[in-house]
Amino acid sequence: MTATTTVTGSQDAAPDARPPRRGNLLSKIAAPYKQSHGVQRFMLITGTVLSLAFILMAIFAPLIAPYSFDTYQDAQGRFPQQGAPTSRNHWGTTVQGFDVLSRTIFGARTAVEVVLLAVIFSIAIGVPLGLISGYVGGWVDRILVLVMDALFAFPYLLLAIVAAFLLKNTIDSGIVTTAIAITVVYVPQYFRVVRASTLSAREATYIEAARAMGARPRTIIRRYLFGNVIQSVPVIGTLNAADSILTLAGLGFLGLGIQPTEAAEWGYDLQRAVADAGAGIWWTALFPGLGIVLAVTSLTLVGEGLNDVLNPTLRRRRVNKPRITSYTMNESGAVGPASAPEVEEDVG
Amino acid sequence: MIPMIWVLLTVVFLMMRVAPGDPISATLGGKLSPDELARRQAALGFDRPILLQYVDYLWDVVRFRFGTTITDNQTIGSIIIENGGATLTLTVAALIFALILGLPLGLIAGRFRETVPDAAIRVFAILGYAAPPFFVGLLAQLLFAKNLDWLPASKMASPIVQATAVEHTHILMLDLAIEGNWDGVWDVFRHLILPATTLGLLVMGVFIRLVRVNVGQALGGDFVEAARARGVPERRVVSRHAFRNALVPVVTVMGLQAALLLGGAVLTEQTFSWPGLGSRLLQYLNNRDYIGVQGLITFFALVVVVISLIIDIVNALIDPRVRY
Repeated sequence: MTATTTVTGSQDAAPDARPPRRGNLLSKIAAPYKQSHGVQRFMLITGTVLSLAFILMAIFAPLIAPYSFDTYQDAQGRFPQQGAPTSRNHWGTTVQGFDVLSRTIFGARTAVEVVLLAVIFSIAIGVPLGLISGYVGGWVDRILVLVMDALFAFPYLLLAIVAAFLLKNTIDSGIVTTAIAITVVYVPQYFRVVRASTLSAREATYIEAARAMGARPRTIIRRYLFGNVIQSVPVIGTLNAADSILTLAGLGFLGLGIQPTEAAEWGYDLQRAVADAGAGIWWTALFPGLGIVLAVTSLTLVGEGLNDVLNPTLRRRRVNKPRITSYTMNESGAVGPASAPEVEEDVG
Repeated sequence: MIPMIWVLLTVVFLMMRVAPGDPISATLGGKLSPDELARRQAALGFDRPILLQYVDYLWDVVRFRFGTTITDNQTIGSIIIENGGATLTLTVAALIFALILGLPLGLIAGRFRETVPDAAIRVFAILGYAAPPFFVGLLAQLLFAKNLDWLPASKMASPIVQATAVEHTHILMLDLAIEGNWDGVWDVFRHLILPATTLGLLVMGVFIRLVRVNVGQALGGDFVEAARARGVPERRVVSRHAFRNALVPVVTVMGLQAALLLGGAVLTEQTFSWPGLGSRLLQYLNNRDYIGVQGLITFFALVVVVISLIIDIVNALIDPRVRY
């Protein structure tokens, strides 16, 4: 808990707190991997490695893929349409004559771009709103909670569909607009978790001390609350990233996602593959689909692994279990207790 | 519950109206002459102040009037009656499948935490959730319909069954059962297997995860310790004391599952050409029919709220802690 230690420092001393935090950050990232064990550790590490592989694939897509995502011919002429896998097109071609392998690899790039944007947007909106709502309280809080709960109760895919539909008709459908449509879905989750932990942190002694010293609400929220409340965000962020890949693919499948000329998108490719399935053509469906499943699985493994290690309610239970002798409860960047049930609930 | 519905309706209304222009010109703009457009706007009241439109919208919803679609001139009510049965059949079947498979698997995983079966079940649950319904559906079609030819690939019934069915309840399976057409019921059932399994797998992962966590938590509880101390056999401890307590949160979360099921149903229906509300929603999305989209979305929102209310009541019935 970094913020508790900074309470005694005067307000002017803030900027120089940076250098030591750097090292903290690295060891904080490493902590879950050190603390986990057995199956849990295996799942966490597998997930991390696979996720990194996807990100690398996204970055170096033009180098890895044999063709570009919208290439339909090479030196020997046009690719066949719905062609079976050959040495020319290793994973076959689509009904439009695109190379499935290249489109699957470029699909990773689209997914990473959209998901990264969506996660950044939702954190940038959800976290401040949750902080303000939890700290300020009053009618601001009540209205925000009502709206966010309403959005949260709504079927998330339908929400994204409506948002994408409206954005598509008014602005355009590109990577950014799709990311915005997905953001609408996930803002309430950050809001709820951050608000819940703000509510409990607000009553803590160090906040009271800050208030007694005359710190303005702005300072309290920024300096003292933010650091404590932000700790639950990585878990939700990872799980939401996994989820938003599914939402992105769902939008693409329904034809509300990214324009096919702009980027390769797994969901869109699967939509085109529906007609192929009747003819027994499997390669247009299998590979983009596997891309989705693997990407979502690896991110979920990371998120769940982090949750298992960082979530104190889960950890306490393991201590209760009689046969396990070694346990570590010390110095972890644990998620605040108030947020713990939320995280569990939001896993779905 | 009333404020919840009100906020949801307001959100839907705002979302549909933040778009510049009104539903009529957004849907038919460019297809009709300006005069004709203005006439139709006036007929539907879209030339009035937005606040009046908002009040009208709320009042309509209170009377269960969701409007008439612009593109094919049907009332949303008739669409719900006509296509709602298919969606209901699909989601209920999927839920049953998810419960039958998910609860026992979750129990096993929670009982044998951090062992190989636990890890295997967890990975299965994650995969079930990570595989989007349209992908699972496509693979199922390829394998079971195309290659093995065991089950029909799409649609809700064979054409002959569809044509001869007499409408009573607008739920095809029930209609056929009322008529005593058991071959027809079997035919619909065969069509139902692949879509329901596909949609069920999506929800099953959540059940497994929940039961697993809660069984684990319950097994660490004092009452389990007490039961063990009294000499209650381990089997009974797990099935009676731990499992039953683990079921309460499952009921709670079923409300949220309704939202997941509805969203998944849209995707599943599209994959299997299932004639439900999701297919209709997509039709109106593609035709830019704002009234159609708004009406169906409003209906979905109401369904979700009503289900969560029912779940709250059920919860109070089975969990004494909620009642007091």
